Amino acid sequence: MIRRFIEKSVEKIFAACGMITTITILLIIIFLFKEGFGLFNSPEVEKGYALCVNAANPIDYISSPDVKKIYNSVITNWSELTEYDEKIVLFRDDNKDIFDFYKEEELGDSFEEIEANIPKKVLELIANTPGMLAFVHEENLQKNIEGVKVLDKGMVNPNDFFFGREWIPTSTPAPQFGILPLILGTLWVSLVAILIATPLGIGVAIYLSELAQSKVRDILKPAIELLAGIPSVVYGFFGLVVLVPMVQKTLGLPVGETAFTASVILAIMALPTIITVAEDAIRSAPRSMREASLALGATHWQTIYKVVIPYAASGISAAVVLGIGRAIGETMVALMVTGNAAVIPTTLFAPVRTIPATIAAELGEAPGGGVHYQALFVLGCVLFLITLVISITAELISKRQHNKGL
Amino acid sequence: MSKKLSQDIAFWTFRILGWLVVGILLWILGFIIYNGIGVINWEFISQGPRDGMLKGGIFPAILGTFCLIVGSMIIAFPLGVMSAIYTNEYVRDGKISRFIRMMTNNLGSIPSIIFGLFGMALFVRYLGWKGSILAGSFTLGLLVLPLVIRTTEEALRMVPDALRVGSYALGASKLQTIRYVILPTAFPNVITGLILSVGRVSGETAPILFTGAAYFLANLPSSIFDKFMALPYHLYVISTSGTNLDAARPIAYGTALVLITLVLIINFTASFIRKYFSKKHGAH
Repeated sequence: MIRRFIEKSVEKIFAACGMITTITILLIIIFLFKEGFGLFNSPEVEKGYALCVNAANPIDYISSPDVKKIYNSVITNWSELTEYDEKIVLFRDDNKDIFDFYKEEELGDSFEEIEANIPKKVLELIANTPGMLAFVHEENLQKNIEGVKVLDKGMVNPNDFFFGREWIPTSTPAPQFGILPLILGTLWVSLVAILIATPLGIGVAIYLSELAQSKVRDILKPAIELLAGIPSVVYGFFGLVVLVPMVQKTLGLPVGETAFTASVILAIMALPTIITVAEDAIRSAPRSMREASLALGATHWQTIYKVVIPYAASGISAAVVLGIGRAIGETMVALMVTGNAAVIPTTLFAPVRTIPATIAAELGEAPGGGVHYQALFVLGCVLFLITLVISITAELISKRQHNKGL
Repeated sequence: MSKKLSQDIAFWTFRILGWLVVGILLWILGFIIYNGIGVINWEFISQGPRDGMLKGGIFPAILGTFCLIVGSMIIAFPLGVMSAIYTNEYVRDGKISRFIRMMTNNLGSIPSIIFGLFGMALFVRYLGWKGSILAGSFTLGLLVLPLVIRTTEEALRMVPDALRVGSYALGASKLQTIRYVILPTAFPNVITGLILSVGRVSGETAPILFTGAAYFLANLPSSIFDKFMALPYHLYVISTSGTNLDAARPIAYGTALVLITLVLIINFTASFIRKYFSKKHGAH
């Protein structure tokens, strides 16, 4: 009786442990989305700050990309944004720029007095300058100030986020959260990596499964296992001290940290995955098919590429897809050798920036719960979805291979 | 082109590719060993960094990595082994086991940086553990869980069914069979999986970036709620940030060598155990 009870309860415990991976995945999804969820309800302007204009200005809201254009002097007149013909006068930071507009004596006699006077003077300045756009501390804005209008805070726009071409998350007052260059950078680097790794990996897989003698296999197999076991940070370090200078010198580039450099390292890292999975697929080709082909007078090589490879095609594609997954998610190598420039890639031989590298480089500095922090979590969600699609694709493909085996 | 010639060309290409892989491995290992061996001495292994990270050793990083290994294994090993026992012994080929296997595969394919984000959100911020050995261990523990489960399952699958049936025939219950027959038989392979997981944990950087890894600590951690230094993170910061990268290079080579040596030892131990016990098993 007691024994049966124990048996039953132990089985329950085992069953609970069996659910642990499911629970972990659910927790990851919940927390990733929970932390990133607020992004599209967050004001773009940094917390505690506000954009103000003269009350005569009819404008109520300026989008973040427009604010950036104003600060970069691409837009210089209000008429480009609204019906208000006035030259834009910029006021950035109330404690430094103020001296461009007032002399020290005008502000006060002692340091303390100046400090105390600044908020008032800033507001006066806005009220007296028709074309002013000021970026000020929210605490300095008392309610209902004559002549000053506080602009509405825009929310981060999903369209700007997913299709924006600029990622400058820390610029004030108008951070740019466009993740398109990061997505393209990630795909670019992984795609090239897989183009390098696929022929190599399949070749080695064929060699291992069809040609190599068992003595050679005893050397090659552990070597491939070791290649898989080397920590990614060591690959990154190797890339940094060996490949980066090499690429820079042989190709005569200004910097050696390029998409190409990262792709080469990622290709090496994806090799073990591709080789192992592709070898299994090639091995699964039934003996009868090979023998039939040989009996018809085909050479060993003809048998391999006309019979064995077509048979193993879906297994080999699964191997390639898994390799892509490995390359897309890789963080340390991307962080150390891509050069981390958030631009839309146009060439192989220039720095790029990937999603994992962006998260790794910036999360430590992003204040918890802020817009930047949330943006990085949404970026994490995007990466998560990409890898999920890849792993499901690989699973479906390899299922096809299994069905063929029956 | 004759059939024979095209075959020769193809086969020679594959042969060269095969040895190219070995060449790449030897190149990486050789480069790090050649540059790092001169740095390694007793002081490097037993002392902390000095003079703005340019002198001294990496003992705190070794200790930190050791703590993470122990911590993450305490979490992942029991959970993973029990999960594998459940799927392989209780619900062998049903819908449930297929579902669990699918989830395990999916968890295994999630990039490590996502685990870093998750660890930061759940352990560091939500549960308020701050950056600590505890938070780092939990994050890494969940990261290697799929590996532990997969290797344990393989180990259990290699136990012949005759042993199970024989045990039942003698009147043993399911739990007794697992406890006295299956686990002892599968033990060497389970341990091999454990060792491979240790290798994975000791090299991971991305998950600990935000869950407590520190650039430099004046004191060794005194509890599981303290921040830690770790070998892979140390290699990363010392080779990419700092005021004098060139002067820090020797330390970086040394750290890389220690890390590589750790991984090599782990791999060789694992394959030794696997070979030793499979021979012993074969003799029966």
